[in-house]
Amino acid sequence: MTTAVLPRENYLNTDYRLRSWLLTTDHKRICILYLLTITMFFAIGGAFATMIRLSLVNPAGTLVSDETYNKLFTMHGIIMVFFFLVPSIPATLGNFLIPMMIGAKDVAFPKLNLASWYIFVTGGCFTLWALISGGVDTGWTFYTPFSTLSSNTNVSLAAIGIFIAGFASILTGLNFMVTIHRMRAPGMTWFRMPLFLWSMYATSLIMVLGTPVLAITLLLVAAERVLHLGIFDPSRGGDPVLFQHLFWFYSHPAVYIMIVPGMGVTSELIAAFSRKRIFGYEFVAFASLAIAVLGFLVWGHHLFVAGLSIYSAMVFSLLSYLVAIPSAIKVFNWTATLYKGSVSYATPMLYAFGFIWMFTIGGLTGLFLAALGLDVHVHDTYFVIAHFHYIMVGGAIMGYLGGLHYWWPKMTGRLYPEGWAKLGALTIFLGFNLTFFPQFILGYMGMPRRYHVYPPEFQALNVLSSAGASVLGIGYLIPLVYLLWSLKYGPIAGDNPWGAKGLEWTTTSPPPTHNFAVTPIVTEPAYNYAGEQEESRVG
Amino acid sequence: MTSQAAVAPPRALQHHFDSLEQQRDVATLGMWIFLVTEALFFGGLFTAYLVYRSMYPHAFAVASEHTLIALGAANTAILITSSLTMALAVHAAQEGNQKSIIRFLVFTFLLGTAFLVLKGVEYTVDMRDHLLPGANFAIAGANPGHAEIFFSLYFIMTGLHAIHMIVGLSLLVVIMYMTSKGRFSKEYHAPVEVMGLYWHFVDIIWIFLFPLLYLIDRHK
Amino acid sequence: MTSEHIVPKSTYYAIFIILLVMTYTTVQVAYFDLGPWNPVAALVIAFFKASLVVLFFMHGKYSSKLIKLVILGALFWLGIMLSFTMMDYLTRFMG
Repeated sequence: MTTAVLPRENYLNTDYRLRSWLLTTDHKRICILYLLTITMFFAIGGAFATMIRLSLVNPAGTLVSDETYNKLFTMHGIIMVFFFLVPSIPATLGNFLIPMMIGAKDVAFPKLNLASWYIFVTGGCFTLWALISGGVDTGWTFYTPFSTLSSNTNVSLAAIGIFIAGFASILTGLNFMVTIHRMRAPGMTWFRMPLFLWSMYATSLIMVLGTPVLAITLLLVAAERVLHLGIFDPSRGGDPVLFQHLFWFYSHPAVYIMIVPGMGVTSELIAAFSRKRIFGYEFVAFASLAIAVLGFLVWGHHLFVAGLSIYSAMVFSLLSYLVAIPSAIKVFNWTATLYKGSVSYATPMLYAFGFIWMFTIGGLTGLFLAALGLDVHVHDTYFVIAHFHYIMVGGAIMGYLGGLHYWWPKMTGRLYPEGWAKLGALTIFLGFNLTFFPQFILGYMGMPRRYHVYPPEFQALNVLSSAGASVLGIGYLIPLVYLLWSLKYGPIAGDNPWGAKGLEWTTTSPPPTHNFAVTPIVTEPAYNYAGEQEESRVG
Repeated sequence: MTSQAAVAPPRALQHHFDSLEQQRDVATLGMWIFLVTEALFFGGLFTAYLVYRSMYPHAFAVASEHTLIALGAANTAILITSSLTMALAVHAAQEGNQKSIIRFLVFTFLLGTAFLVLKGVEYTVDMRDHLLPGANFAIAGANPGHAEIFFSLYFIMTGLHAIHMIVGLSLLVVIMYMTSKGRFSKEYHAPVEVMGLYWHFVDIIWIFLFPLLYLIDRHK
Repeated sequence: MTSEHIVPKSTYYAIFIILLVMTYTTVQVAYFDLGPWNPVAALVIAFFKASLVVLFFMHGKYSSKLIKLVILGALFWLGIMLSFTMMDYLTRFMG
């Protein structure tokens, strides 16, 4: 076995000047730009979460004032949803991998890709300005008429910030869709693509179709505040529920933007660490598309107790049950892939298992919420908070970390330390469950969400949850430290440290700027591990 | 696929594409998908309009009568004509006729400007008639709150449309400049086509805005 | 990949005339009392005009299957937003 060395010229070392980074059109460098930015936003959102959990240790809420508490959960939500989760996997791993996985030199619109990052950063600046200059207290959902008429915080500024960041999302989705349609290498048919690409395509579809509606909705909120219009003002005939329809038309599909990429990563990890083609490849591929389409038909379940017509609510409830089916199909197929696979337990696989387990819990509790009668009881309680954190944190963030670890050698040329990584994954898993499982119980017992003070009988579970949050916080710090450490001291990875299938593993780690020395010609199906198993049986 | 012979790639071919044909395909697909996002962007406003018109049909009808139908109809005709000139500009680009491209782009620009001038006149009259939502809003014969919602939507929808027109006019100037520099030919003129797609889309939005805002109930 | 189709100028002029005629028509129809059919007429005419612009001015008729799918997709999603929202408003006070 030859000693691995870093390739002499790769996308990282061609040019060290700052301007070569700030003016890059290389999708791999743009991935790194996004990686740095969203990590910063995650830290800010996490700081707000820390303050919230510290405050909730005490039922009397003496740590911060009521107004401050409202701002804490609002800003936590805004930053985590719009500035961390929505961009997370697509803008980092998606940007890095999509051209590589299809055998292309770059995305369809490289300059637009860079523009997207600048637009994202601009939106982030506006939002941070809103934060620093007083905050927002409406909840990340900006419900009217409080947000339009009564709140005296920086609603318009935050709305504009999110509006701008939304454009980054739209343009990235557009770029990815065109890239996947038109820039696949010869022989790379749709059904030879890795499932990660199907997930990214489905995600891009949702970004492109849903985000514009959020944009116009936030524009209306800002316009109403600034120009004193009455579109959502009940005293002038406006309907606040209309705001909720328009807001959730995007924000429900948005949750699929946040989870489908993690599902795509999980498909890659399960295949690589079982050394087996994903069971039911076509079913998983179509399930991604089904989630994208069905996800647009269920938004009314956020409005069940807001004054929606009962007939409309029944339709939305039924459709909400339907949308669970493609997700369940994926979970069954991942599990079936493991059977008779050659399973190994490197850190990315641990994250994949964590994803499947916690996404399943989160998804199943979504069905509880989709049931009209039960939703009346648990709506606006901690049950809802636990439900979506199981999916967003237990699911999406685990998927993100799993993907980051799996492709870290490809992106950096270095291996991370496996022992510390396993410790980090375990800490995150334990800390996460300790934080959020008690919240299911709290919600069912009746503790409302967004409440600064609460009845003392809920304190024990809140303390447990906050203790879990501190473990979770440490858990997130561990990868931060060793991943940075590995950049200088990690062992050289070589082209394909995992022995995985996929075009990205056929080029160097890190790859050259143009990805491939020669445009690949694809003749194999995805995850062609069966080919080598045949060889070993014969030989 | 493509032969790697000694022929140099066309100047306009970007490095990550294999051919001008692929590049043009990608550009038009990209613009079409962008127009879908624009359709959903305006779609949110059309949704709000539909909801409130179904809730307050009388107020909406009364409010609509206060819009200036002559100016609205004239603007509709102007935009349709500008779509014709834009299509003829693309046609000229397909034939490699530089002079005609610029001539038709200039016509399109002038028509677009005329649209905005008339819109400005309309807004001025509307404001004079106390139809701008806010403290000075006043209307007779209908619930003032409901009529104010109509005019909020009217100003936002036509205002957003006007902003898109202004962007379109700026882009027209850019395309005119590129044409004057000889950048386009029969083989490469995708930017003109893509400009056309955007311009026609802005026309389509107005095709819907006109009857919905100006023609609700003119027979009373 | 599609090769470029050049639409004859005469087609453009014909579509232009039809669009102007339909605009005139929609204004005239608005002055007739058709009861609940007025908005229907207005929208049918608007859709027809928009279709002509998409098919001929925007070359929709001559575009690839993918572009046609994109156009249908936009209509479908707009349709969802409008119809599912109205599903609530139209059934609020029933029964």
